[in-house]
Amino acid sequence: MRAFDYHQAADGTQAIEQAVRCQQAEYLGGGTNLVDLMRETVERPRTLIDVTRLSRDITDTDGGGLIIGAAATNAALAGDARVRRRYPLLARAILSGASAQIRNMATVGGNLLQRTRCAYFYDTATRCNKREPGAGCDALEGFHRYHAIFGTSSSCIATHPSDMAVALVALDARVHLRGPAGDRQLAITELHREPGERPDLETELQPEELIVAVEVPPLAMAVHSQYRKVRDRASYAFALVSVASMVELDGDIIADTRLALGGVGTKPWRAWQAEAALRGQPATAATLAAAVDAELAAARPLPGNTFKVELARRLMIAELSQRLSDARNGGDA
Amino acid sequence: MSALDTGRSGDTQPAGVALAGDYWRPEGRPDPLGEKGRSGIGAPLSRVDGADKVTGGARFAGEFRFDGMLYAALVCSTIANGRIVGIDTRDAESLDGVALVMTHQNAPRLNTPPVFLRAPNGAAGDDHPIMQTDRVHWNGQPVALVLAETQEQADAAAESIRVDYAAEPAMTDFAIAKTQARQPDNVLGGPAEIRVGDADSALAAAAYRVDATYTTPRHNHNAIEPHALTLAWVNEAEGEGETLRIHDASQCVDLAVASLAEVFGIDISRIHITSPFVGGGFGGKTLWQHQILAAAAAKLAGRPVRLALSREGVYRLVGGRACTEQRVALGADDRGRLQALIHSGVAAMTRHNNLPEPFFQATKCLYAADHIRLSIDVADMHMLANTFMRAPGESVGTFALESALDELADQLGMDPLELRARNEPERDPTSGLAFSSRQLLEAARAGAERFGWSERSATPAGRHDGEWQIGMGCATATYPYMRMPGAAASITLTPDGATVGIAAHEMGMGTATVQTQVAAARLGLPVEKIAFRYGDSRLAGSVLAGGSQQTAAIGGAVIAAQRALVAELLSLVDEHSPLSGLSPDEIECRDEGIGAIGDGSRFESYRQILASAGRSELSAEANAAESQELGNWSMHSFGTIFCEAGVSAVTGEVRVRRLLGSFDCGRILNAKTAASQFRGGMIMGLGMALMEETLFDARSGRVMNPSLADYHVPVQMDVPEIEVMWTDIPDPHTPMGSHGVGEIGITGVGAAVANAVYNACGKRVRDLPITLDRLL
Repeated sequence: MRAFDYHQAADGTQAIEQAVRCQQAEYLGGGTNLVDLMRETVERPRTLIDVTRLSRDITDTDGGGLIIGAAATNAALAGDARVRRRYPLLARAILSGASAQIRNMATVGGNLLQRTRCAYFYDTATRCNKREPGAGCDALEGFHRYHAIFGTSSSCIATHPSDMAVALVALDARVHLRGPAGDRQLAITELHREPGERPDLETELQPEELIVAVEVPPLAMAVHSQYRKVRDRASYAFALVSVASMVELDGDIIADTRLALGGVGTKPWRAWQAEAALRGQPATAATLAAAVDAELAAARPLPGNTFKVELARRLMIAELSQRLSDARNGGDA
Repeated sequence: MSALDTGRSGDTQPAGVALAGDYWRPEGRPDPLGEKGRSGIGAPLSRVDGADKVTGGARFAGEFRFDGMLYAALVCSTIANGRIVGIDTRDAESLDGVALVMTHQNAPRLNTPPVFLRAPNGAAGDDHPIMQTDRVHWNGQPVALVLAETQEQADAAAESIRVDYAAEPAMTDFAIAKTQARQPDNVLGGPAEIRVGDADSALAAAAYRVDATYTTPRHNHNAIEPHALTLAWVNEAEGEGETLRIHDASQCVDLAVASLAEVFGIDISRIHITSPFVGGGFGGKTLWQHQILAAAAAKLAGRPVRLALSREGVYRLVGGRACTEQRVALGADDRGRLQALIHSGVAAMTRHNNLPEPFFQATKCLYAADHIRLSIDVADMHMLANTFMRAPGESVGTFALESALDELADQLGMDPLELRARNEPERDPTSGLAFSSRQLLEAARAGAERFGWSERSATPAGRHDGEWQIGMGCATATYPYMRMPGAAASITLTPDGATVGIAAHEMGMGTATVQTQVAAARLGLPVEKIAFRYGDSRLAGSVLAGGSQQTAAIGGAVIAAQRALVAELLSLVDEHSPLSGLSPDEIECRDEGIGAIGDGSRFESYRQILASAGRSELSAEANAAESQELGNWSMHSFGTIFCEAGVSAVTGEVRVRRLLGSFDCGRILNAKTAASQFRGGMIMGLGMALMEETLFDARSGRVMNPSLADYHVPVQMDVPEIEVMWTDIPDPHTPMGSHGVGEIGITGVGAAVANAVYNACGKRVRDLPITLDRLL
């Protein structure tokens, strides 16, 4: 790690002023990912601007949603009674990630912006287009068991590692941004980019733009939402495949549903195709199979992660079946 | 509450202990400490160093300080084979706090270290020159070392060094290397091929056959304490020249001294290594380049040095377990009796070390087969030299062998335990020697009863719990008894108690505790009056904490030292003493003194003898008897591992629900530390079964998961309730009647899990680790 300057910002506006003033500045949340990357010399900022003094409040919106300050810790969010009641999948997603120590440090804003754990991204002795655009990708023909099957390109197959983001994508959350040009909002499904030719550009954030809050809209069926994560050990491992799911039944018809996947996408993966194939259809095994197939049609696996297609298929069907069964039984999971 | 409160010798005085005799001879007398009912032996004494360890009082190698100490950081190669054509150190040298940048261009001349198992004084992992030339031999080899005033400065400087290489073709793909495998000169000093009869013909003629290939991946050492040392070249006395004083994390202080003496061309008396606490060794805490580089840099800089490897550094510099591809072929008659047993295959190695991963070790002694063929070939690769890792050979070898036994039992429609019982040998099937002690069937029977083995479904996929398919599996565990030469011990008596000194090691196994307990029982003293000194190269003898042999090696040395001490004590008493005229063999140690066996009236306390002789202390030192027992018997520990596993029918996830190990390791000396060793081994076996795998990039020879985030070992939630039990039947031919317990726990577990998975879902996985994709 090389020497760097450190500033603590009192609020978002001050953080942006500092970032504009300093060269090669990066915002520092809990540091659970950025500091690791600095130790590996993957990230080499000259200046860190600590944004953990931004709001960490979790407040109700008029309609029954929540606004979460960007500096709220993952642990605080997962432990919030309103989150547990209204959006259980969000609490479960957070608790399935990292370790208690890391969740105590990690912030909501930082979690969304964490970077891939691709081994070749982390190791500066190897080639990585995300680390060094145009260098090449050693993961394509290397170890890519953890890599994406959706949203990949010939430049990059790295997975977005966040569990929390998968839940937020399923919930249609919005991110509140502040930048030198002012405030704006973005659907969280629009926050992350697919790699294309520029895997180094991971989000739609403009230079010095900062996430100041995340807004989760009210969603009745989320009360019975779930998040299931499958991985190589029982804890402290990234997802091979994870599924965030919820359904709303109208008689035997699937009135509405949300489905998102982790561990398989270059960004937190909203299963738009499957959702479209489910909405308004009878709640049958055939409907589920067709919907899951529709989503998986876009999968582009490699030899080391071909199993994820079958795993994702099984997990989506198992989870949707369980949600439907729960809904029929009065919604008690 | 003291750490000694549990299991202290208590109110009842220990019975007298006669001097151990010639336990190593066929007609010899067993060590009396092996007898049942010996007070203190087997008691669950808590760790004597436990309080220090949990309160931070125990100082580890990287926590010592010298005045003026510098911190080291390493730069490691990024190619597997080739030459360094340029090293740009200008930026590093210009940074604040940097005192030295050492490369092959300015490193002091060093001799090549002697290699473990190749030279008698060898402690080194390989015989590559250390920073002496521009050659690169593996991806991760140190090519530069920085010393700076702080660790942060050293790290930053190391990162600023740019190295240019001329890469040459490298053999980094095991799939290719194995096609050019060769037979090594030896395997652990024995032949690389063993034949009894004609196994291939017997296999071809057998009514029932299993012939399958099993693979195991590379594994890396991940002791909780990464390798570290603090050292200085010091002037101990005027005119004597410098002494290299090292605080190291070591499981072989004496061997390391001998090897370092050769590297630096100095006398062994000029090197002093201490290693009072070690945070896990497992075979990895021997001599690797970091100790030598640190000592060379300290010499060059003229200042003390601390070098602590990062976790990644351990992966780059310290060898691990080699990958293997093993064939096991079994031929049996319709009653399950083995007619042919073939265990052959290939393991990755280098031309610069001497450890063909000895996967056939367990197969040598486990089953009675009419015809046996065992062989190990090695595939030479450009990689960091592989090394010993907890039960080298047996851990991965039993996965293959015990999986194949399960496959045969399945084919025969026979209970796997019954199949094993039908092939229980009367004598060692390859050496022909009698077993010194073999209670495997009793261990298996008791374990099966406790585990509830009778609940196992005879057919796969017979039990369900929601989406989980439940199965049971078992496998035999085994590890050899050993007692290596070189052990010696000193005992110093004072009026307040005894100090036992031996250059042995405490790496968390409980050595200090158990040996305190044993010495107390042997000398007739309460444990509070025993000080056990270890982890210092200047103490008596040379004991390797490896091969699960340390307990026996120390035991043999203390037996010899006790005899010498008693002879000294008897030489001190005059004709008025009640002990007058007694010979050592008529003596027993009891009640803080010595007395005539069976005659309570003839006794003097140590205190009385010392006082009468006007002595404040009395010392004796002796070498352990030669380990002739190893030539007289086939000596092994045994056990059976039982596993209940769940396999998700949806995801293929495996969750081990229960694990039980029933062991036959002779007399258990401390129920608490032994149980901990068994459990720890079994957890490591669980990791090997389900998740451990070094990701070695076949294109570059580079390890791609050098961290505990990416190299998976079991976390708390992966580890179920683990039961351990033991026969506690003493081996009459070993010190204390005991066997080491450090390694056997990991053996058999891989197969027990694989067999449970098969029983659960009907899928046979022959490649470790058993990740969910293999079960989809």
